[in-house]
Amino acid sequence: MAEAPTIPDEIETRAKWGDFAFTPANEKLAKWQIAKYPAGRQKSAVMALLDLAQRQVGADTKTQGWLPVPVIEYVAAYLDMPYMRAYEVATFYTMYNLAPVGQFHVQVCGTTPCMLRGSDDVMAACKNKGLNKGKTTPDGLFTLTEVECMGNCSNAPMVQINDDNYEDLDYDIMTRILEDLAAGKDIKVGSQIGRKTSEAEGGPTNLQAMVKENHDYRGEW
Amino acid sequence: MAFDFLQDKDRIFTNVYGFQSWDLKASQKRGDWDNTADIIKRGNDKIIEEMKASGLRGRGGAGFPTGLKWSFMPKEAPKDSQGNPRPSFLVINADESEPGSCKDREILRNDPHKLIEGALIAGFAMRARAAYIYIRGEYIMEAKVMEAAVKEAYDAGLIGKNAAKSGYDFDVFVHRGAGAYICGEETAMIESLEGKKGQPRLKPPFPAGAGLYGCPTTVNNVESIAVVPTILRRGAAWFASFGREGNHGTKLFQVSGHVDKPAVFEEAMSIPFKDMIEKHCGGITGGWDNLLAVIPGGSSVPLVPAEQIMDAPMDFDGLKDLGSGLGTAAVIVMDKSTDIVRAISRLSYFYKHESCGQCTPCREGTGWMWRVMEKMRDGDADIEDIDTLYEVTKQVEGHTICALGDAAAWPIQGLIRHFRPEMERRINEHKGAEVLEAAE
Repeated sequence: MAEAPTIPDEIETRAKWGDFAFTPANEKLAKWQIAKYPAGRQKSAVMALLDLAQRQVGADTKTQGWLPVPVIEYVAAYLDMPYMRAYEVATFYTMYNLAPVGQFHVQVCGTTPCMLRGSDDVMAACKNKGLNKGKTTPDGLFTLTEVECMGNCSNAPMVQINDDNYEDLDYDIMTRILEDLAAGKDIKVGSQIGRKTSEAEGGPTNLQAMVKENHDYRGEW
Repeated sequence: MAFDFLQDKDRIFTNVYGFQSWDLKASQKRGDWDNTADIIKRGNDKIIEEMKASGLRGRGGAGFPTGLKWSFMPKEAPKDSQGNPRPSFLVINADESEPGSCKDREILRNDPHKLIEGALIAGFAMRARAAYIYIRGEYIMEAKVMEAAVKEAYDAGLIGKNAAKSGYDFDVFVHRGAGAYICGEETAMIESLEGKKGQPRLKPPFPAGAGLYGCPTTVNNVESIAVVPTILRRGAAWFASFGREGNHGTKLFQVSGHVDKPAVFEEAMSIPFKDMIEKHCGGITGGWDNLLAVIPGGSSVPLVPAEQIMDAPMDFDGLKDLGSGLGTAAVIVMDKSTDIVRAISRLSYFYKHESCGQCTPCREGTGWMWRVMEKMRDGDADIEDIDTLYEVTKQVEGHTICALGDAAAWPIQGLIRHFRPEMERRINEHKGAEVLEAAE
């Protein structure tokens, strides 16, 4: 099981987040999410709404956001469900942050397929840039987390930073990514060695006709 | 006899690498949504019969025949306590989290319309009212593509009321997870869809009787559903022409670890391991003599040593014969530079991290097994501890509600079965070092 969360100071967070409410844009998104489920089953939307709330907190604090207790209470009330049921969800799933994180949430995958291809080096690159596992850098820029398999195994090792994946890394590439992020530069998402998604390096071993044109194979059936 | 590699014309996922657009127009040009109403007009039973005849076995790991699974759904809607008919649901498992697996991701982001069309046809065949596609939370961009593709399909009238002019009403919704491996287990997924912690339910009742919201539900893997339209267009006999008896079809393989060029690709089932690696991955790092072991089906299956895997057919039965399994066809290759005990110990950590905490043998056992495995890494243990570790894996296996306990036990059992001498060597070496230290 994931480590037990520590809840940041109640009084301070209540003072800061006590009157949290969705922005009109997020209110619209929340309604859209709830409409996906049958009437009376609005509770099904709790995961989506917690994510939405976390993103709103992130936008307010210019970070990747987290879920203060009053925000979880707001979502629970919004869906007409007991607070404890929403809290259970917030603590069960790893993508809900229960403490503030930095502007960039650096999530390095360390599971075996990534480990075999050098996730230790990726971790070392983070460490040498002053990032420590489970901690946020003093400038509030980076939070480093080691995560479990992210499903990019044929492009290992990889890191997810905020909403984007960076794949086919090594020590130097990871160092460059962290430097570029700190300098506010745009970085190319996906494979860092020029692969198109999960093709073999140097070009696909099959379906070459698809590279140039949207080939319709039905004529060859 | 040389293996007949799959030809491009027989590949189902022609846009698997995403060189072309995923959007509706481009997908239709590749053959998706081509007169879907005609397929639906064949009727529920005909479609299920055809799927059974194709020999498709579930692509999510367990390998249960897909057509047979659909046939468990009720033909007449069961009534609730007020006498109202209950709807049925199709839940599509896109919670791809098994270490090594990265195939569903390519379908979600590069060929989403195959999945939506498959959802409509499968949903119709099993008399479901709607499909929920449960995408793992970490697939953020993939979920965005899927949402956009679903919107396109609604706007074009392909799903919703009178879906694809078939006369059948069918909805498709995208539900995002938030980071929990266990939600890939079908009943945990249903719990999660209902807005709860993803903790597996006891079976029975099976989902086909009482699943999502207590209604009949079938949970299928992304790949199992996305291949459906092509199978029905080209016929069961075409699909069944690939692979050995009982293991038919084409399959997305995902190779990671110590090969020259890791990749995802579609191949015919039963392809021999060596041919597959030579053709699609450029060989083993450092040559074939450098191969140590392979985990052929995602982290949950036991590893297979090099000499046994070389000529093995990559299919359900072929790998079962080696004491392992095809799982999701996620092939993790390890060469002789691998610290094999650490590689398996890292998996033990994964299962410790992902145990939902519901059943004691798994909650306590996964942590215990990981801690002992970490000691085994340095050999800081006694020889008898290997036997104790094996015994504990046997006490976890089969004593939990879901298969996560088994999945945590098997990799360790595989390690002990094939690499016990290496574990003993480390222990003896460590002991020798201790003696030396004491003497100094």
